[in-house]
Amino acid sequence: MKGLDQALPRWVNIGLLPLLNVVTALLVSALVFLVIDVNPLKAAEILLYGAFGYQEGLGFTLYYTTNFIFTGLAVAIAFHVGLFNIGGEGQAYIGGLGVGLLCLALDTSLPGPALLLLSVLVAGLFGAAWAFIPGWLQAYRGSHIVITTIMFNFIASSLMVYLMVNVLREPGQMTPQSRLLDENSWMPFVHEVLAGIGIEFEASPLNLSIILALLCALGTWLLIWKTKWGYEIRTVGFNRDAAVYAGIKPAYVMVLAMAISGAMAGMVGVNEISGVQHRLILDFHYGYGFAGIAVALMGRNHPIGIILAALLFGVLYQGGAELAFEMSNINRDIVVVMQGLVILFCGALEFLYKPLLAKFFKEKAA
Amino acid sequence: MTDYALELDRVSKRFGAVQANKDVSLNVVKGSIHGIVGENGAGKSTLMSILYGFYQADSGSISVFGKPADIPNSHAAIAAGIGMVHQHFMLVEPFTVLENIILGNEGSALLMQGQAKARKVLLDLSTNYNLKVDPDAIVGDLPVGLQQRVEILKALYKGAKVLILDEPTGVLTPQETDDLFAILKGLKEQGVTILLITHKLKEIMAITDNVSVMRHGEMVANLSTAETNPEELAELMVGRKVVTQLEKPDAAAGDDVLKVEGLSVVDAQQVERVKNVSFKVSAGEIVGIAGVSGNGQTELMEALAGMRSVDAGTICYGKLKISTESHIGPDELRDAGIAHVPEDRHRVGLVTPMSASENSILGYHRDDKWNQHGLLKPGLVEKHCATLMSDFDVRPQDPKLKSANFSGGNQQKLILARELDREPKVLLVGQPTRGVDIGAIEFIHTQLLKMRNRGGAILLISVELDEILALSDRIIVMCDGRITGEVAAADADERTLGLMMSATADLSSDSDLSSNSEQEQAG
Repeated sequence: MKGLDQALPRWVNIGLLPLLNVVTALLVSALVFLVIDVNPLKAAEILLYGAFGYQEGLGFTLYYTTNFIFTGLAVAIAFHVGLFNIGGEGQAYIGGLGVGLLCLALDTSLPGPALLLLSVLVAGLFGAAWAFIPGWLQAYRGSHIVITTIMFNFIASSLMVYLMVNVLREPGQMTPQSRLLDENSWMPFVHEVLAGIGIEFEASPLNLSIILALLCALGTWLLIWKTKWGYEIRTVGFNRDAAVYAGIKPAYVMVLAMAISGAMAGMVGVNEISGVQHRLILDFHYGYGFAGIAVALMGRNHPIGIILAALLFGVLYQGGAELAFEMSNINRDIVVVMQGLVILFCGALEFLYKPLLAKFFKEKAA
Repeated sequence: MTDYALELDRVSKRFGAVQANKDVSLNVVKGSIHGIVGENGAGKSTLMSILYGFYQADSGSISVFGKPADIPNSHAAIAAGIGMVHQHFMLVEPFTVLENIILGNEGSALLMQGQAKARKVLLDLSTNYNLKVDPDAIVGDLPVGLQQRVEILKALYKGAKVLILDEPTGVLTPQETDDLFAILKGLKEQGVTILLITHKLKEIMAITDNVSVMRHGEMVANLSTAETNPEELAELMVGRKVVTQLEKPDAAAGDDVLKVEGLSVVDAQQVERVKNVSFKVSAGEIVGIAGVSGNGQTELMEALAGMRSVDAGTICYGKLKISTESHIGPDELRDAGIAHVPEDRHRVGLVTPMSASENSILGYHRDDKWNQHGLLKPGLVEKHCATLMSDFDVRPQDPKLKSANFSGGNQQKLILARELDREPKVLLVGQPTRGVDIGAIEFIHTQLLKMRNRGGAILLISVELDEILALSDRIIVMCDGRITGEVAAADADERTLGLMMSATADLSSDSDLSSNSEQEQAG
């Protein structure tokens, strides 16, 4: 309600409210742990230790965070133009395919930095192309973006299985994976870079893609709020009629925003293929695209919020894995329950505490 | 002692920092027609929402027919005998009249029983109050005047003894308005109490027994209509003397800057909304297009502004020519000095979740002036917005404020400021003062005349005949997508314009098309 909206200070809306939601989700998770006979405090300790307590764990946390930043930004950009891009899965997958194809073809014939730069471009292009088609269908043919992006997730998945099994499989191998890429095309690991300047850090999958993710967040912020293109994207997202009035072509802007959104999701391919797997495999993208929806929701579609939310999900992923490993009556599914609760309270029940807080602040003001 | 249908005693309501109603007291005599006037934001709607149970008063008391009433929701209002006819009808268009009337009172689980009972009651009501409507007609097919009748019947069916009408004549032709007033007088004779909320002082004078004036949330006067006059009421509403007659030198019409020939426009449902329309507008004149809302004016305006493609004919702005072969978008038209103040400022003229500052460059945001190295220059835009705001007296003068949080009049002034800033050659302006308070109306009209006097051409579309008559040099009347008359402003009066506005019968040969347009009006 309008009255309530105005009653809340900005810091409450973007800071306190999400925090309360996360805390609630964790408290309910604690109840779940109690039911299955796990001490919630002990669980929390293991989870936090697993995520931050030692260098390798921290590396894993930030490596997951990198993927979540990419997909979270992807969802947010589409959201600003008024579209719900739930095709991050497929776009990430195809982005990775692009990187794989590029490196399989050129990994020994180009210098490393050029390959990395090209990998980023190709990941973006492939992701963008995969989002462009649903975007175009929505803008010019009215096919609902939610339906088409889901369909494109399936198509991407099937396409990858076909390619991996029939085309890209390493000759003489039974597993559906490509040959190992030449080290020349790898994204440097953070522990290697740190070692280079004399700092010792345990080996982890964390690679320089995290810098790319932060640059993407900065770029998104500039694009959406500081340029005329972002102005047009937001105008179309808020009010299509006003956009037409202003001489903006909503269909064109929607397709453009979808392509940029897809490019962001495609960057997952850089982190995964250039950064970690170093070969094309199946399902390297699994789950990041969908989690990106929750990340964007929690982060209020703002890059800073998305970075924080991505970190939270990184913690849950890494700490959760640790938890499943350490405690016998916790398995991966309970970790998924925890993530689900975070999504439930931060997404679906976003405004649970709003009336309460509004009342509190109104009384305080009076 | 007089019997009162409603007694409000020191009712107050506050929304955050805004005191919407402050110690409002009001007594409405049973069986009378009571008018409430006030500018937008004076607190009329809030007061009525409290009466109808949408809001709770913070303090004060309400009595209905002498009994203290607590109205926590609209069910309680209905139970107390209060009925409401909203400005925007609350009807389910694909349903029949009967189905609409029993909505919320379906009776038993099976519709049949409830409907049979309702049909009988409805027929009684229709005859008692002389409100004739076919119970089996589909509401969407009815003209607006009849839809309003259905709303009134709906309220009466629920047992309303006090009927609140919120701006009921906004969508009606002068003739339909007369019909409505006849009905209201009939209801009054039957003992129904009527509360009429309007900003049209002429209507207050024509039909009410008593009138209350609100200003800034307070009730500033309760008068007997017979003992007051429109000038006094206007002064009470605004709090100062109002110039209603604007100074208007003779038009010095120059070259034709806008020439429309044989223009037809078809909407998304393939209904022809503008039918073979031709006219011209010259530099230095205001051409007014009068007509009941929904008769093709909106589509005409959108086509002229490049927002809608044309289906036949041409639009020429000097050398720029829009036709079926060559579409010219709003951006190019703006560059050529054609500005547009759209009739719906919330839906079209502003992006309401954005700040005033961002809105102050809407449509001009691609200009090199605002861009550098691919980035917008927010500081410069904000300064520009502040200048516009001080030139056009937009309040509060805060470029960072979300544009949704400005009042209607100030939003409109902001749009006008944006569009007039570059001294356009042609201004297309639709409903410039709809939902705008009197003070702002005066300002907006003065600005439009100023543009005309410096040689600008203005095409004005308005459903307010007073506005058309006050500003125009020539008046074109539209009905059912056609031009049904053109007169010089000097020769025009409300009655002749009113007749042209409802001239469908003798002009349109195809009656099914006209019923189509009536459906659209309703929507």
